[in-house]
Amino acid sequence: MRYLKKDFIAGIIRANPIFILLLGLCPALAVSTSLDNAIGMTAAATFVLLGANIIIAVIRRYIPKQVRIPVFIVIIATLVTIVDLLLQGFAPALSKALGIFIPLIVVNCMILERAEAFASKQSVGRSIMNALGTGIGFGWALTLISLIRQLFGTGSLSLFGRQLLTIPGLAREPAIIFLFPMGAFFVVGLLLALFKWLGVSNNA
Amino acid sequence: MRELVAIFFGMALVNNLVLVRFLGLCPFFGVSAKLTNALSMSAAVLLVMLVSSTVTWPIYHLLLVPHQIQFMETVIFILVIAVLVQIIEITIRRTNLALYKALGIYLPLITTNCAVLGLAFINIHQEHTFLESIFASLGAGIGFTLVLIIMSGMRERLEIADLPHAFEGTPIAFIIAMFLGLAFLAFAGMIG
Repeated sequence: MRYLKKDFIAGIIRANPIFILLLGLCPALAVSTSLDNAIGMTAAATFVLLGANIIIAVIRRYIPKQVRIPVFIVIIATLVTIVDLLLQGFAPALSKALGIFIPLIVVNCMILERAEAFASKQSVGRSIMNALGTGIGFGWALTLISLIRQLFGTGSLSLFGRQLLTIPGLAREPAIIFLFPMGAFFVVGLLLALFKWLGVSNNA
Repeated sequence: MRELVAIFFGMALVNNLVLVRFLGLCPFFGVSAKLTNALSMSAAVLLVMLVSSTVTWPIYHLLLVPHQIQFMETVIFILVIAVLVQIIEITIRRTNLALYKALGIYLPLITTNCAVLGLAFINIHQEHTFLESIFASLGAGIGFTLVLIIMSGMRERLEIADLPHAFEGTPIAFIIAMFLGLAFLAFAGMIG
């Protein structure tokens, strides 16, 4: 029980996939232009992460060591195909917005790293907790980046079509650069510096 | 011919994989600290991109489309890329030991490089012909190389710069990536 809690907490801050381990950067930077995208991406990635961790933890004793990476990749790719088809069917707008980054969850290093470093060695229970923790860590990081980029890039915040907040002056003349790729680099660079300054991370 | 040249420069500069499409960011930040590493990495990526798009295009159009199993593209493509990387690694080890040592661990890592898989998807979704997809992957590989070399040059200079402690290392790398992206934005008007 003690382990379960520790595994859950680990991914949220101390081993946060984006801000501390710098894993899974491509989707985090590319789709973080709106809160809707952030939530959709988190849901898709967490589903794949959880599914892969469960399957791999269950069959970990039967996977030959030499071919374990290809086996992991096939399991992950199958789950990604499921998510891709589900999104195309039930959330076509979201599927269009996330585009190529849904199939690219296959090569998200965060998921393969968790499979290799955790699920292939630990019990099912611990792998589930770890996947959930890592998913939440990925989620809040992505949400924070999206929040900043959407707020400054459009001058307002909206969630699934509902307007949450509008900044009067900024909405008329938004700083569009935050929605451009450069804005993503800028926001993430500043956030990394902030976490380093606060002493949360000390990566070189 | 004009279209091929346009696709080549479009992929290399205007829609640069790293700075505009956000593909291959892990090696972009991971191995850009030293110029020699950056060169080995980009040579390996260029090679794998070229071979993988040469192989994935016929597989998609001659195997998946006739059998109407396009939804299997993710699984098939990643398997093909994993196998190709393995074959290339074995071939290089047998034929050119010096090159094999220079590429080192970068070659196997390319399997999980989203730039390679992403390029395969881009070639399919933009409905490139076979020749166009070759030129597109050549352009993408050159663009990746260019950005990685510029980035590692800047980061080598930053090593000796006096930075605020909080910005040392990765944070400043993201900030200079922003400036590099701004510079590449100037190419946007070049090809319609």
